[in-house]
Amino acid sequence: MIIAQNITKKFGKLYALNNVSLQCSKGECIALIGPNASGKTTFIKCILGMVSPDAGSILFNGSLISKSWLYRTQIGYMPQIGRYPENMTIGQVFDMIEDIRSNQKTTPDKELLNAFGLDKMMHKRMRTLSGGTRQKVSAALSFLFDAEVLILDEPTAGLDPLSSEILKGKIIKEKEKGKLILITSHVLSELDDLVTEIIYMQEGKVKFHKPLKILREQTGEEKLSRAIARIIQTGNDE
Amino acid sequence: MMNKIIKYIIVDIVRNKIVLIYTFLSLVISLSVFNLESNTAKGLLSLLNIILIIVPLISIIFSTIYVYNSSEFIELLVSQPLKRKNIWLSLFTGLSSSLSFAFLVGTGLPIILYQPTSTGFMMVLMGVLLTIIFTGIAMLAAVSTRDKARGIGLAILLWLYFSLIFDALVLFILFQFSDYPLEKPMILLSFLNPIDLGRIEILLKMDISALMGYTGAVFKDFFGTGTGIVVTTIVLFLWIFLPVWVSVKKFGSKDL
Repeated sequence: MIIAQNITKKFGKLYALNNVSLQCSKGECIALIGPNASGKTTFIKCILGMVSPDAGSILFNGSLISKSWLYRTQIGYMPQIGRYPENMTIGQVFDMIEDIRSNQKTTPDKELLNAFGLDKMMHKRMRTLSGGTRQKVSAALSFLFDAEVLILDEPTAGLDPLSSEILKGKIIKEKEKGKLILITSHVLSELDDLVTEIIYMQEGKVKFHKPLKILREQTGEEKLSRAIARIIQTGNDE
Repeated sequence: MMNKIIKYIIVDIVRNKIVLIYTFLSLVISLSVFNLESNTAKGLLSLLNIILIIVPLISIIFSTIYVYNSSEFIELLVSQPLKRKNIWLSLFTGLSSSLSFAFLVGTGLPIILYQPTSTGFMMVLMGVLLTIIFTGIAMLAAVSTRDKARGIGLAILLWLYFSLIFDALVLFILFQFSDYPLEKPMILLSFLNPIDLGRIEILLKMDISALMGYTGAVFKDFFGTGTGIVVTTIVLFLWIFLPVWVSVKKFGSKDL
C-alpha cells in the first residue's frame, strides 16, 4: 500500500533519512521503532507530504504522492505533539475538520471521542488543555474518518493508563478491519499485543524490517523489548 | 474547499479584534480630519500621508504576525487532504479581504462621503491595492524564515525600505546624475515601488503636479494619460501577483 524507495532527507549536514526503502501492505500493524532522532517522525512526515524528501519517491496505492494531495483522505494521522489553533475550542476544531472533510461519505466515527469523555468538554479552548487531553484530541481526530491507513506517532505518550488502554483497544479493533497501521513508540511493552511487523531504524537508516513472529523465533525471546535488546546487542558484537 | 478555509480565517481575524480596532481608529481619524479642515481638499491631502504610510505598515506587520501565529492552524490543515497551494492562498485571501474591508470602512467611506471626486476614488483604489500588495509581501516575508522575530524584523525592514529608504536612494541618484536628463528613467524607477506609484497617481489627480516643475510635467505626460494609468495598474497588479506567487512556491516545498 505504501512503498518508499530510496528516501533521503538532509537537515543541514545531518542525514535525517539515508536511503530508506520500505514496503507496507494492507492489514499489517507495523511498529516503527528506534532511538531518538533516528528519523521515524521524518519518515512519517514524508509519507504525509509535510516534509519533502531530497531524493527518492513514495508510492501510495501505486501512485506517486509528490504534488498529490487527495491520497490524504485515506490517512488518519496522530502527530507526536498535536498543535492546534489556541483560541479554538475542542468542538470548533472537530467541526472544522469534519467540515473540511465533509465530502467524504463516511459518517464520523466518534467512538474514541466519547470513550475519552471529550464530548463533555467541547467548549474548552485548546490553549487551556493539558498535554494528555491534547493527545486525546489528536487520537480522536485521527480515527474520525475511518481511514484506510492510520499513522500514529507516539500515540500513548502522555496518556494515563486507562486512556491508553482505550486507545489500544481501538487500534486492535481497527486492525481487525484490515487497515494498515503504522505506530512509532518507545514503550515497547505496549506494542507486544498490537503489532505484526517491526521496522527498526537507527541514524536515518532501516536496520531491519521483519515480522514479529520471525523476530521472536530468531531471538528466542517472547517479549518484544527483550527481542529488540538481543538484536541490538548482537548487532554491536559483530 | 477554499471558501471553507477562508471562512475560518476571517472568523478568526474578526475574533482577534485588532482589525476591528484598526477600522474604528481610522474611521475616527478620517472623520476628524475632514471635520477639522475647512477645505475638504486639504483634508484629502492629510489623509494621503496616512494612506501611504499607515496602510502599508498595518498590512505588512499584522499579516506577518498573523501568519506566524497560524503555524498550528497551517500544520493541522497540511496533514488533511488539502492542497498546500489552496491553504496558502486562502490565508492570503482571508487576510487581504479583511484588511481591505477595514480600509474601505475606516478610510474609504469617509473619503467617498466628503470628497466623491475622481481624486477621492483614486485614493480609495490605491489604498485597497496597497493593502493587498503589502499583505502579499508579508506572506513572502513570513514564509522565508522560520524564526518569528526575524520574519517580523524583515517585514519592518521591507516597510522601511518602501516608505523611506527607496526615496532616499532615488534622491541620491538624482543628485549624482543631475547633469543628465533623468525624467524618463525616473518613471521606470518609480515602478519599483508601489507606494511611489500610488503617491504619483493620487498627486496627479489632485492637479498639483504644476508644483513639481519639469519632472512633474513629464510625469503628467506619462502617468496622467490613459495608457499611463493602465500601465500603472498592471504594474500594481504585478506587485500583488509576484510576491504571492513566489511565496506559494516556497510554501509548497517547505518542511513542516
